[in-house]
Amino acid sequence: MKAAVIVSPGSNCDRDIQVALRQSVGADPVMHWHGDPDLPGVDLIVVPGGFSYGDYLRAGAMAAHSPVIREVVDRANRGVPVLGICNGFQILTECGLLPGVLMRNAGLKFICRDIDLRVDAANTVFTRSYVDGQIIRIPIAHNEGNYFADEDTLNRLDGDNRIAFRYCSPRGEVTAEANPNGAALNIAGILNEKRNVLGMMPHPERLADDALGGTDGRPMFDGLVEALAAAA
Amino acid sequence: MSGITPEIVAEHGLTPDEYDRVIAIMGHEPNLTELGIFSVMWSEHCSYKSSKFWLKKLPTEAPWVICGPGENAGVIDIGDGKACIFKMESHNHPSFIEPYQGAATGVGGILRDVFTMGARPVANMNALRFGSPDHPKTRHLVGGVVAGIGGYGNSMGIPTVGGETNFDPSYNGNILVNAMTVGVADTDKIFYSAAAGIGNPVVYVGSKTGRDGIHGATMASAEFDNDSDEKRPTVQVGDPFTEKLLLEACLELMATDAIVAIQDMGAAGLTSSSVEMSDKGGVGIEFDLDLVPVREDAMTPYEIMLSESQERMLMVLKPGCEDMAQAIFEKWELDFAVIGRVTDSNRLVLKSGGEVVCNIPISPLVAEAPEYERPWERTPPSPFLSAADALEGIDQSPADALSALMASPDLCSRRWIWEQYDHMVMGDTVQRPGGDAAVIRVHGTDRSLAITTDCTPRYCVADPVEGGRQAVAEAWRNLTATGAKPLAITDNMNFGNPERPEIMGQFAGCIEGMAEACLALDFPVVSGNVSLYNETSGTSILPTPAIGGVGLVEDVNTKMVSSGFTAADEDIVLIGETAGHLGRSLFLRQLGDRDEGQPPPVDLAAERRNGDFVRSLIGMGSVTACHDLSDGGLLVAIAEMALAGSVGAELCEPPTDIPPLAWWFGEDQARYLVATPSAEALVSAVGHTSVPVCVIGRTGGTVLTMADGNSIPLSDLGSVHENWLPHYMAAS
Repeated sequence: MKAAVIVSPGSNCDRDIQVALRQSVGADPVMHWHGDPDLPGVDLIVVPGGFSYGDYLRAGAMAAHSPVIREVVDRANRGVPVLGICNGFQILTECGLLPGVLMRNAGLKFICRDIDLRVDAANTVFTRSYVDGQIIRIPIAHNEGNYFADEDTLNRLDGDNRIAFRYCSPRGEVTAEANPNGAALNIAGILNEKRNVLGMMPHPERLADDALGGTDGRPMFDGLVEALAAAA
Repeated sequence: MSGITPEIVAEHGLTPDEYDRVIAIMGHEPNLTELGIFSVMWSEHCSYKSSKFWLKKLPTEAPWVICGPGENAGVIDIGDGKACIFKMESHNHPSFIEPYQGAATGVGGILRDVFTMGARPVANMNALRFGSPDHPKTRHLVGGVVAGIGGYGNSMGIPTVGGETNFDPSYNGNILVNAMTVGVADTDKIFYSAAAGIGNPVVYVGSKTGRDGIHGATMASAEFDNDSDEKRPTVQVGDPFTEKLLLEACLELMATDAIVAIQDMGAAGLTSSSVEMSDKGGVGIEFDLDLVPVREDAMTPYEIMLSESQERMLMVLKPGCEDMAQAIFEKWELDFAVIGRVTDSNRLVLKSGGEVVCNIPISPLVAEAPEYERPWERTPPSPFLSAADALEGIDQSPADALSALMASPDLCSRRWIWEQYDHMVMGDTVQRPGGDAAVIRVHGTDRSLAITTDCTPRYCVADPVEGGRQAVAEAWRNLTATGAKPLAITDNMNFGNPERPEIMGQFAGCIEGMAEACLALDFPVVSGNVSLYNETSGTSILPTPAIGGVGLVEDVNTKMVSSGFTAADEDIVLIGETAGHLGRSLFLRQLGDRDEGQPPPVDLAAERRNGDFVRSLIGMGSVTACHDLSDGGLLVAIAEMALAGSVGAELCEPPTDIPPLAWWFGEDQARYLVATPSAEALVSAVGHTSVPVCVIGRTGGTVLTMADGNSIPLSDLGSVHENWLPHYMAAS
C-alpha cells in the first residue's frame, strides 16, 4: 500500500501520521508538499493536523486553495480514500469534500485530552477493524472542533449512516456532558456519500503506540493496510 | 553636536556615569542611533550588569556539558550522538501588561534560542507565578497567559508538557512568566553565534521589521509604577505560523553546510544579535539598513536597530551559498535579504541612504559594559518554629486537612491549564503533565528526556540560601522520581530591584544555595536568564529562582516509572527521614494562615544518597510507582499517587514521637514515596547505604483510609482537587 501525506505550511502532525503509517504499512508514506500539484499515484491520501497558514483566516480555509488540493478532490471523486484529521478535517470541509463546518469550541478554549468515541459506522475502509458500537479512546487537540451543519444535512448524515464517530461517555452514551466542543449530534467524524472520504477531529495517530498510553488508534491504520494491500 | 541632552540620556535608562563611559568609548558624543544601541546593550536585561558578578559563582561544568552559559542556550551530551539543548527565559513585564501576547512571545523567543543552535524543539515547559486569587487582575492574567502559551506552542506543534503555577500576593503587580524549551540536535550539527570570515555575507531572514517592541529590553530593566499599562506598545506581537516556517526553513538550511554563525533576534533585536555575533568572533559588521525588510514606511535607523519584531534571525553564510539558502527561505515564503558583510574593523558600521549613521567599536561596547557589585545585605534568619507551636489552634483531623490542602490554590489540579496546551503532538510524550516530571522520548529511540521546573519562593524569602538549595534539590528529585539521571539545569532568576541591598542579598543568598546544591548533586547550570526590577510601587516579588532541570531515562520500557499507583496490595514505602518540619509549609499557610518559621533544611548528602537509591530501585524494576515529597508533605503525596492511579490506600499509624499532623504534612526534604510488590526486597536493597525506609501503608480499594478510622473516597478527593481552578476561572 502506498500513502501520501499532504504537507502544508503550518502542518504539524505530518510526522506523527508518518510514524503511524510506517508502523502499519511497513514503508514510509510520500510526504507531498502542498505547492506541488503533481501528486503521485497512491492508494491513500492523508491530510494531517496542524495549523495550516496559522489558521489565521478560518481553520483550513487557505490550505483548501493549495495547488495540490484540486488534485486531492479529483482523486477523492474517483474513489481514492482520503482521510482528514483535525486541521485536515477542517480543510476537507473548506474544499467541499465534506459538508458542514468546524466552528470554535463552545467553551472558547483549546482542548487537549483523551476522549471516548463511539464507532457508529464500522463498514468503511477506515473503520473496518472496529465494530459498530465499540468505544475507543482517542485524543483530541483543537480549538475549532465544533461541527455544524444545517438540519437537512445533519439528518442526511445520520440517516445515511455517515457519522463515523460520536463523542460519548465511557459507557457509550451520546450525551451533552460527553461532548467536548459543542459539535452537533456529538459528531467527531463524518463520511462523504461514497464513504471514501473520512474527516475526524480526534487524532488516531496519537494513540497507536503502547509507550504513549494506548493503541486504540492503530486498528484504523492496520485496517486500511488490509483493505488497500490488494490495490497496491 | 549630536543634540543629546541629559533628559534623553535618562530616558534611555543610562546613568550620567554610564553616559560618560559611552563618550569615552566613542571619543565623541554619540548620535541618537548610537546612544540607543548603547542603552539597550547596557540595559540590565542584556548586560546582566547587576547579576554577572554573582552568576560567575554557579558551577557550569560536567563531563557531559558541551556548551555552558553564554550561547543562545545550554548544550549537554545525551549519548548516541545526540545533544539536548535547553534554556528558560522570562517574559514577566510584557505578560503583566498584555498577558496573551506577552506570554506567547515569551514562548516564541525561547523556541528561537533553542532552534538557532540547530535543535528541533521537542518540549515546552513553563513556571508561572500569579498574584493572590482575590486580586481583581489575577483571573484575567491567568486566562491570558495560559491562552498565550498554548496559542503559540500549539500552533508551532511543539508539545507543552508541564510546569508549575503558584499564587502569592507578592506577584499582584508583577506576575512571572518563565518559559522553557528543550530541543534535540546531533552533536556534530550544533550551531554557534560567533561571526567569522571577513567578507562573508550577513543575512536577515524571517519576518519583516516593524515598530513593535522598541525599548522592550529597557522596559524589562525598570520597576513598574501605576502607569505601567501605558507601556503596552512596547509589547511585541507573536506570529507562531511564521515561526513554524522559520523553524523548518532554518533546520532545512542547517542540514546543508552553508551556515557559519546564526543567532536569533530577541531582546534588542538586530542590535544585540549583530553585536554579540561580531564580538564573539572578534570581527566587525557593516549593514546597509536600506536592505532590511521592513513592514512600515520611513523607519529610522534607530527604529530598525531597536525594534523587537518577532520571528527574525541573523546568519553569516559561507560565500556562494546565498542562492541555495534563498531558495529554501522562499520555499517557506519568508523574507531573505543579504544586508551586510563581516569586516575586519571590529566596528559596527550602519549605513542608511548611502551615509554612515552609526560607527561603534564593538569590543568596548561589550567588554566595557557596566558591571556592578551592588551593596547587599544578608537576609536576617527567621525564628525557628517548632511543630507544637505551628500546630497551636489547628485541630482538624489529617483527613480534613488533606481535603482542604488538595483544594487549595497552590495544590489543586492544574488540568484546567494543561488541557489548553497540546501536550501530545510530536508523538513522544511518554509522561504527560501532572506527574513529577514530564518525560519525552528521544524520537526514534527508547531513551527519554525527563523535564521539570521547580522553585519554592516562600522558602527563598525566609532563607534565600536554603531556598536556593531546595529549588535545585527539588528539580533533581523530580527527575530522579521518574528514574532519570539528572544532568543539568537552566535557571531563571526573578527578583526585585537590585539597587536595594536587601534584594541583592536575596539574590546572593539564592545563588550561594544553588551553587552548593549544583556541586553536591553534579547538576551544573548550562543556561539561564535574569529578570530584575520585578517591583511595583516599591513592593517586590518573593525571590523566585526558577529551576528548569533535564535528566535522561536510559530506557522508557524498563527504567522508568510514573507517580500513580498501578496495582492493589502493594506496599507503600517512605524513603528518607521525617522530622515533621512545618515552618513555611503549605499546611501552615493554608490551615494556620501563617507564613512563619524557617524553611526545611536541605541535607545535600542525604538528597544524593536517597535519590541514588531510589533511581537504582527503579532501574532494577523493584518499584511500580514513585513520587517525590514536596509541597504538602507525605499525605498529599499519597493522595496524588492514589488519584493518578485511581487506586486507594490503607495507611499505618504514624510514629508516636512526632505530632500526627506534622508527620503527615511536614515538608522535610530528600524524601520519596514508592509502591512495591515486596517491601522486604526493597529493605534488603538498602544494605549498608543507611537510607531510611519505612512501610507506611498498602495500596488497594477506592478510598484513602487513615489508621484513626477516618477515610476519604478518592472520588470526593478527586472532585475537590479538580474543581478549584475551573470554578475559580469560571467565576466573574
